[in-house]
Amino acid sequence: MSGERLLTIDNLSVTFGGLHALRNLNFHVDEGEIVSVIGPNGAGKTTFFNMISGMVTPTDGDIIFKGESLLGLDPNQVTARGIARTFQNVRLFANMTILENVMVAQHCRTKQGVFGSLFNTAAFKREEAEIREYGEKVLGFFGSRLVGYRLHQPASVLSYANRRRLEIARSMATKPQVVLLDEPVAGMNPKESEELTGLIGKLRSEWGFTIVMIEHDMGVVRDVSDRVVVLDHGETIAQGSYEEVSTNPQVIEAYLGRPVEEAS
Amino acid sequence: MSDTMNDSPATRSITDQDWRKLVTYGIVTACTLIFIALSNMPVALDDFDLIADRFTLGDLSLYWLLLVIGVVVGKEAVLEGMATHAKGARDVVSGAIAGVLAGAGLSLLVILINNFELRDPLVNWSPQTLEKLSVGGSILSGVLLWLVIGGVLGAIGGAMHILPSRIRQLVIVAAMSVLLVAILETVLSDISESFGLEPLADIVYAKRGGLTIVGLLIVAAVAAAYSWWGHAPVKDAKQRFQAMEGPERSRGNLIAFSIVAVLLLVLPMLVGGIVNELLANVGLFVLLALGLNIVVGLAGILDLGYVAFFAVGGYTTAILTSPNRGDSWPDWVPQTNWFVALLIVVVFAAITGLFIGAPVIRMRGDYLAIVTLGFGEIIRLLFLSDWLGGYTGGAQGVTNIRGVNIFGLATVRGTDPQAVFYLVAVFCVLAIYVSWRLEHSRVGRAWMAIREDESVAEAMGINTVNTKLMAFVVGAVLASFSGAIFAAKVGSVFPTSFIILVSIVILVVVIVGGMGNIAGVIAGAVVLIGVLGGPRQPGLLQEFSNFKLLIYGALLIWMMLKRPEGLIPNVRRTRELHQEEFLQDAWLKGEIDTGDEPDDMGEVAPA
Repeated sequence: MSGERLLTIDNLSVTFGGLHALRNLNFHVDEGEIVSVIGPNGAGKTTFFNMISGMVTPTDGDIIFKGESLLGLDPNQVTARGIARTFQNVRLFANMTILENVMVAQHCRTKQGVFGSLFNTAAFKREEAEIREYGEKVLGFFGSRLVGYRLHQPASVLSYANRRRLEIARSMATKPQVVLLDEPVAGMNPKESEELTGLIGKLRSEWGFTIVMIEHDMGVVRDVSDRVVVLDHGETIAQGSYEEVSTNPQVIEAYLGRPVEEAS
Repeated sequence: MSDTMNDSPATRSITDQDWRKLVTYGIVTACTLIFIALSNMPVALDDFDLIADRFTLGDLSLYWLLLVIGVVVGKEAVLEGMATHAKGARDVVSGAIAGVLAGAGLSLLVILINNFELRDPLVNWSPQTLEKLSVGGSILSGVLLWLVIGGVLGAIGGAMHILPSRIRQLVIVAAMSVLLVAILETVLSDISESFGLEPLADIVYAKRGGLTIVGLLIVAAVAAAYSWWGHAPVKDAKQRFQAMEGPERSRGNLIAFSIVAVLLLVLPMLVGGIVNELLANVGLFVLLALGLNIVVGLAGILDLGYVAFFAVGGYTTAILTSPNRGDSWPDWVPQTNWFVALLIVVVFAAITGLFIGAPVIRMRGDYLAIVTLGFGEIIRLLFLSDWLGGYTGGAQGVTNIRGVNIFGLATVRGTDPQAVFYLVAVFCVLAIYVSWRLEHSRVGRAWMAIREDESVAEAMGINTVNTKLMAFVVGAVLASFSGAIFAAKVGSVFPTSFIILVSIVILVVVIVGGMGNIAGVIAGAVVLIGVLGGPRQPGLLQEFSNFKLLIYGALLIWMMLKRPEGLIPNVRRTRELHQEEFLQDAWLKGEIDTGDEPDDMGEVAPA
């Protein structure tokens, strides 16, 4: 299933003041994999994503994507290289329409500037049409929910689950190779998360994306992941298939705590 | 509105008053009136007759608040599902009580001025103010008079609630029209002259200023007739226009646009020099405000030093076209005509935009605002400094700037405001086109995304530094156009033409007009610059020029409280500022999605 090595995290550390948010993290993703990152709250999962996407600079270590280091790149450059992300706390452009949200995400894949738009050149018109078409295609991935009359509604009228879907659509619109999903099913009901689990599978099979996902819903993690990485207190405590990880005593301890008699 | 919701709302008895509200509103109004009186408005505006020999603008400055307070205390928020009360005598009484309380403020002031001497800190604590307030009579009659006037005007204000809505509208339209016609006397006489309507003007206006009684009746009757018969068709037409969609709508837009364009072409020929001067000033500020609108309204960069680009445009033009520039210039710096200078101005403005923008743009929010404020002042001080004095003339500025020579056909300069207006209008059209095209393009979408959430915009692949710099540069170039025309119009530039107040006024124009909306920005410039006047430019109401900043401030506060989205708002901004109301409306219309397909509910609901 898995192809070439795509993303390698080499001995990555970050400290905020005296706090080690991540410590000596080693991690890799192969092309076509779906990898889940799990761990209790405060384990450093989102920091890990922020670091890959260039929003936080690591204090030590390296991030290598397709053979090149991502260190020192701005978030927009990382996105341009082909790594897109969603946000845990849904950060859409709430006052822009649904279509505009996915159109603006194609910014780094398009190039018409002030000149083209002022003179309404043929190239400008063609590119606008392409941006729009691709935007609608991405939205169409989620069935009828985000298209039709919704295209021109502001993102703020969407329900919570649909906002999450739009976040994923927006990251898809950047035409990435790797998509980082930060808790994609949080706040969804069981039926919705089951459906989204299917869609995450399709993101790989139909769109060819490699996926790294932070998730708390173990059902989802079990159903889609090729591999699971467990973080706790900024350190990797286990890696492997879902079955291996879920029976690992260290993981159980991280989630449930140590039994009282052992601790004392 | 309320009487249609409930079957038969009960009237309340006269004594059933919300005393707390009445007293609060009364005291606040009283304090405001005292403030107005001590700001010298009543005395300073007393020479301006609204109704010949009977009623002056000075009187109005005191009376209008009493009327307004009468209306305001009778207003009640109508809440869905709450009991409402029919309006009746009770509202007249509450208006009167609030009016008396407010009037008492002025009575108190009369007594105070009569008995104490506070002229040292309060310059207008003067016999003239006292005389004005006691209406030439004794102190006692002055005191009583204000109580009576307050009560009567408050009651009239309260009575507005009882009138049937159509009559109320008629009264308001008539009163506003009379006020408008009276205040705009100079301009309307000016226009009537160009149409050969002096006989009509002579009937309406008295020789020594102000409306005649006959004029007042004519104006009121015409306005009332319009309100009674003409209002409905106009409203229908407006609704028809708004209901249009697709190609029909764009045709409607085209027609509306053509009408406006023709009006703008023809109007300056019909009106006199005063109005043309006003239009030219409005045009200069429209140009500035459209530029700032791109920076603040679209990209969300709060630039408080925008005047810097206006100054660069003005000085560059001045230096390149005036023989009277500083002595230190080497000979190879050319003296050119205005159009060649304009090309260099654009380049210079863009460079300045990059130069100021580059360090500033990495900051966000408040920090950015403060730093731009600093740069705005730095540019002015540089022009003023001894160091550059040889080039910019220091405090003496650059004078004797030649006008705009249009291919030997005509010369546009300040003495011919009509020509200046046409020149400005051309550039305004250009600025409108640029704003409109950019807003609906890839760059415009990126600006909006940055305004919404800069970090996310960056994570979505937008190079925020470059994109924001682009907004800065486009804004700078538009401002420099305005500066170039300003220099040619006035014929001289001084550092004092580019004070920080200009930046603030432009920002106020954008905010009051409607941030992010082209039509709103133009409306803002017409209202503020055209009617009240710019930082140094007189407006339509020249009488108010001493109180301009006071009115600016009051207007801004009122707008922020009541209509933060501006006069003609941008759809997105309105949504942002009224998020809850918008979502509620969307929910009522069934547009909001509360979950997913309806069958979801059955599966999720616990058994």
